[in-house]
Amino acid sequence: MIAEPLINSADTITTKTLEISIGPQHPSTHGVFRMDVVLDGEVVRALKPVVGYLHRNHEQLAEKISWLGSMPYTDRLDYFNSMSNNWAYALAVEKLAGIKVPERAECIRVIMAELSRLQNHASAIGFLLQDCGAWGTPLLYAFKEREKILDFFETVSGSRMMCNYFRFGGVRVDLNDAMLAMARKIVAEFPKFLDEFEKLMTTNEVVLARCQRVGILPRELAIAGSVSGPVARASGVEYDIRKVDKYGIYDRLEFGVPVGRIGDVYDRYYIRVLEMRESVKILQQVLRDIPAGPVQAVEVKLRGFKIPAGDGYGRVEGPKGELGFYLVSEGGPKPYRYHIRPPSFINLTVLEDMCVGHKVADAIIILGSIDIVLGEVDR
Amino acid sequence: MIPTSEQLCAAVPGVVIEIVPSTLAAAQPAMLVDREHLVAVARYLKNEPSCQFEFCSCVTGVDYLAKGFIEVVYHLYSVALKHGPVILKVRAPRELDQCHVPSLTPVWRGCEFQEREVFDLYGVKFDGHPDLRRILMWNEFTDHPMRKDYVPPADYEWEPTPHDEVLKRAKADGGIMPPSALATEVKK
Amino acid sequence: MIDESLKSELQKQGVFVVSTEWLYNWGRKSSIWPLQFGLACCAIEMIAAAAARYDLARFGAEVFRATPRQADLMIVAGTVTKKMAPQVVRLFNQMPEPKYVIAMGACAISGGPFKDGYNVLKGVDRYIPVDVHIPGCPPRPEALLHAIITLQEKIAGQHIDRTRWYDAEAKTEFPIPVCSEHDLLPAANPEVWQPPKDYRDVTNEESVKKL
Repeated sequence: MIAEPLINSADTITTKTLEISIGPQHPSTHGVFRMDVVLDGEVVRALKPVVGYLHRNHEQLAEKISWLGSMPYTDRLDYFNSMSNNWAYALAVEKLAGIKVPERAECIRVIMAELSRLQNHASAIGFLLQDCGAWGTPLLYAFKEREKILDFFETVSGSRMMCNYFRFGGVRVDLNDAMLAMARKIVAEFPKFLDEFEKLMTTNEVVLARCQRVGILPRELAIAGSVSGPVARASGVEYDIRKVDKYGIYDRLEFGVPVGRIGDVYDRYYIRVLEMRESVKILQQVLRDIPAGPVQAVEVKLRGFKIPAGDGYGRVEGPKGELGFYLVSEGGPKPYRYHIRPPSFINLTVLEDMCVGHKVADAIIILGSIDIVLGEVDR
Repeated sequence: MIPTSEQLCAAVPGVVIEIVPSTLAAAQPAMLVDREHLVAVARYLKNEPSCQFEFCSCVTGVDYLAKGFIEVVYHLYSVALKHGPVILKVRAPRELDQCHVPSLTPVWRGCEFQEREVFDLYGVKFDGHPDLRRILMWNEFTDHPMRKDYVPPADYEWEPTPHDEVLKRAKADGGIMPPSALATEVKK
Repeated sequence: MIDESLKSELQKQGVFVVSTEWLYNWGRKSSIWPLQFGLACCAIEMIAAAAARYDLARFGAEVFRATPRQADLMIVAGTVTKKMAPQVVRLFNQMPEPKYVIAMGACAISGGPFKDGYNVLKGVDRYIPVDVHIPGCPPRPEALLHAIITLQEKIAGQHIDRTRWYDAEAKTEFPIPVCSEHDLLPAANPEVWQPPKDYRDVTNEESVKKL
């Protein structure tokens, strides 16, 4: 569809805007995501995201199955890091029901979540650099590290991606010494990968030319738009739920929270690299100090699990942002209402503001820098 | 600090606030606000220096079929003062022509997509929303699927051992699924 | 048909004797180019299969084409929703013959874990013909490699004088469903999908007792 003509002020050429749709099948849209873009030449004048192509009505399904039966479905939300999704749901249920988690289980949860964050950020910047045009090489390096972490997840839980490992009150199986040795090996080798990656990418002139000053998100807009996670922190919002809510054992661990200044695509890339370094620090501390003990709270019944009536909201700092679950219980074995607060969906609110005025190629890398996953956007 | 309901009643004249408790363990009581004063309460919570709830984290719609209303729940946090959550609830009747609440998108921009989702799945209209249209289902869809009384179309998979609802539907459809499902007209 | 010992004698001299059909199928099966079409979680395992560890390229799938006009194979990886179904069928129609479809994962075969959904299409084979199904949720990358090998065996068994694409009356394009007020219309394509043959009439009490 063509809008009204615009007169180019420099000469007497009459131009018109063009409305095209990028997606839902597109090599760079990270899934079935569509953007209706109004273009003036190559410059984006308006952009409307269209979602719902992967709406699998997870929330309605959860009302029909038991509390624990929804745990495998949470794996499939943000399908890159199933461990963080499991933790968010387990945390929300434990908050609602008042279940205390034993110490060793908390440590194991942190190990799983931080390993998940490592492989998510590595893949995210691999995909971002592929959108910039680095045809596959950074992605393959990132996937090499990811395969090591997935092998560990498979040894622990039986599945590479859809782990279904967390339970209300703990985790499903304990980690033996061989598994802990595997985890320590991954953590020992990860800084070398980061150094290699940074040497190739961080001061690379193509990355600097394409990513700096592109897609700037101002701090006030980030807060007003409910943006969370690395995208918000790159814009200067000092908010990390691990430090604010202090869930799990995060209040006893020493780690920093990197915060950016400008909020362009380069900041969002670099903040993920810095967050990976902080995750390595956390993992080193937990793997050194993990105590012995049970991994499941004994008072939790696995069959016939019920929660007293009421509602509650629990959230974690997932790798993509604040992942929260709002649960309403009527005292029965199934949830009455099960709602997911998806970080990727809400981060898309500000996509138009970031892209207007840039070229189409920049719009693609801005979308890549937000790091969306359609399983979470559409649920 | 978290404002009390007395403080809000003093700040926004005429508002009616009811405290709705949550479970004992969660300890997250919510404030049920009437529709007329919702925007005023929201602006107060955002702008008041002791509150500064400038981050709206989550917007949820809940359908209470037995009680006859749909509730919209807002969870608010503060980035500057690092406290929260404050939970606001507002109720609307279930009938489609009366089901509307004021939109909080002018106060918090992040509510935009989430309110569109509540409209799409529950049918709640938000007055003052800049762009209220469906977001997850396609535009020609007319139902509101997350409502408790929604009946999905007769497109169930044939199951070797039909039981409960699938068996009831199969019998109601005349026992044989294929002719109705493969038709090109709508059968509800 | 050539004697096997004669064939191997000739091979030692550097002369290969094959049928045209074998050569035709060998060329086609060794260079299947997939369409880059990941929908959901299975897409990540597809990318992992194409990455360095499981390397799909050594089976001929060298490049994933972004446009259907240049692709031979559509790997439907992930849940097909009713909103996306018209686009899936449209993309299938745009692929030139010979074309193949692999349904990867439980969701593409039958709706998978999301079968009870109001927006989930219960199997992509309701609208387009599928050649290979891969069960799993998600299937491992090795399973996708096994599916490519199975497809290669299927292609090797196709006959050059009885192919679909040289037949003037055969269908290569399928009607695209329309998103209407309550559901997709039609809910399935009767030429492509029929319910299983041993369906029992559930209004008949006798047959229900046997279930």
